[in-house]
Amino acid sequence: MVAILYLISALLFIFALRGLSHPESSRMGNIFGVIGMIIAVFTTLMFKSVLSYYEIGAAILIGGAIGSFIALRIEMTALPQLVAAFHSLVGLAAVFVAAAAFYDPVAFSIGKVGSIKTASLVEMSIGTFIGAITFSGSVLAFGKLQGTISGKPIVFKFQHLINALIFILIIFLIVLFVINQSPTIFWTIVIVSILLGFLVVIPIGGADMPVVVSMLNSYSGWAACGIGFTLSNNLLIITGALVGASGAILSYIMSKGMNRSIINVVLGGFGGEQDTSASKDNSDKIVKQGNAEDAAYIMKNADSVIIVPGYGMAVAQAQHALREMGDILKKEGIEVRYAIHPVAGRMPGHMNVLLAEANVPYEEVLELDEINHDFPMTEVSFVIGANDVTNPAAKTDESSPIFGMPILDVEKSQSVLFVKRSMATGYSGVDNELFYRDNTTMLFGDAKKMCEDIVKSLSA
Amino acid sequence: MEAHSSEVFVIGLTVFFLACIIGYYVVWSVTPALHSPLMGVTNAISSVIIVGAILAAGPQGFDTSKIFGLIGVVLASVNIFGGFLVTYRMLSMFKKKTKKTKEKE
Repeated sequence: MVAILYLISALLFIFALRGLSHPESSRMGNIFGVIGMIIAVFTTLMFKSVLSYYEIGAAILIGGAIGSFIALRIEMTALPQLVAAFHSLVGLAAVFVAAAAFYDPVAFSIGKVGSIKTASLVEMSIGTFIGAITFSGSVLAFGKLQGTISGKPIVFKFQHLINALIFILIIFLIVLFVINQSPTIFWTIVIVSILLGFLVVIPIGGADMPVVVSMLNSYSGWAACGIGFTLSNNLLIITGALVGASGAILSYIMSKGMNRSIINVVLGGFGGEQDTSASKDNSDKIVKQGNAEDAAYIMKNADSVIIVPGYGMAVAQAQHALREMGDILKKEGIEVRYAIHPVAGRMPGHMNVLLAEANVPYEEVLELDEINHDFPMTEVSFVIGANDVTNPAAKTDESSPIFGMPILDVEKSQSVLFVKRSMATGYSGVDNELFYRDNTTMLFGDAKKMCEDIVKSLSA
Repeated sequence: MEAHSSEVFVIGLTVFFLACIIGYYVVWSVTPALHSPLMGVTNAISSVIIVGAILAAGPQGFDTSKIFGLIGVVLASVNIFGGFLVTYRMLSMFKKKTKKTKEKE
């Protein structure tokens, strides 16, 4: 009976992910997920060995209250941090479950204290190892995304060598743990894994965060899997594998969006302070500057506008003002669409959520390969808070660090409007030659303020 | 109930690989626009390790294992409630936009 109920729960989780293939079916999917979780929890509560309902109930209420409070209050722009924080909790929970299994193996029927089955010990320590890495890596990712820690990659000598040595040390510790089952060694594994988690994320820079967040998502799944093997629980194994696969695929999509291998991202250091010798001196080139009225004039006289949002839009919270601008343009009979680069923002799909929050219909929001061939037929590209993802150097300049990255071909539209705070380079540290083209107009200022000003000019 | 332990492991491994394959196909079918909600959902369901935490917290009396279990239950609950709710919030923004936008959030 238990196995059947767990199976139903696992199937519901699969349907939950399946529902996300379309916005219309996605809400039902989420409900499937909730039902699956309720079944899983109540099935476990029915176990004969589970007697302390009050304590467990209280623990669920406390956790649930905290979780609900945070989830309902969080700003959509802060989603990446929130997700990172949640990942860290999954990791930590995995460590605690493994520890509990180690201290009371009888409750999980994996042996007795001091004589736990070897296979269970291996699975337990692997679960602990992945859980602890997920925990500390996510805490650091949270800090970087939140801005409490500098988003700049921190690199030092022999970094990868040190990580490799620590990894070997952990394997050694696991072997030792399996042999002597010592609590000291168990906690040493936890601490060393936590250290490794920090070291792995520390060299990875701010804009590579979509990959890191997806990777940690994946890890949290593998951690659940490890615990599932320890407890011989198929539900945990299935769910962990689903989550692990999901995170791995997202990491792959994100790294492909930057034309870099996952390894390259993980090794980190990209976009740091290293001297970008490739940057030619552009100080003598002329930049055409405009203001909100110019932008309003240009767009009002166009037939079609494609808006390219980036992380800068999220930082400035400009999505609502931007949508208002789009609405006015649409009323004038102008075709308005949004183009999203796979790595725009700080987590996969971040821009889509922000635009949805601002009530932009999702039909108007298109992915890179859906819209890229439309740029030549478009009169105005309105780039707001994005930079590297529009840089034609990715196609032409082989020496550029971003060479080969798929970009949005905004340069093919008749004119380009760039909303930026300054002439500063993007995350990659590469100058964008688009800024100096004749058909480009730079709109310097805060993204939100600029959109509001354009709205004013348009309605005037 | 007590099967040979290597047999149990192989069954687990079978389930694991099949689940990975299902995960692979299901996740590729997710539309890119919903990648953020995908992370929200996966976050919530990975907290199914609450099952393990409940087992640890189950026995009466108080010992180390039980305390670890209860902490695990709290942590996983934060995630379950938080993950599903934040996904709910995200998804309700992806509703078809009609004239009346009457939404809770």
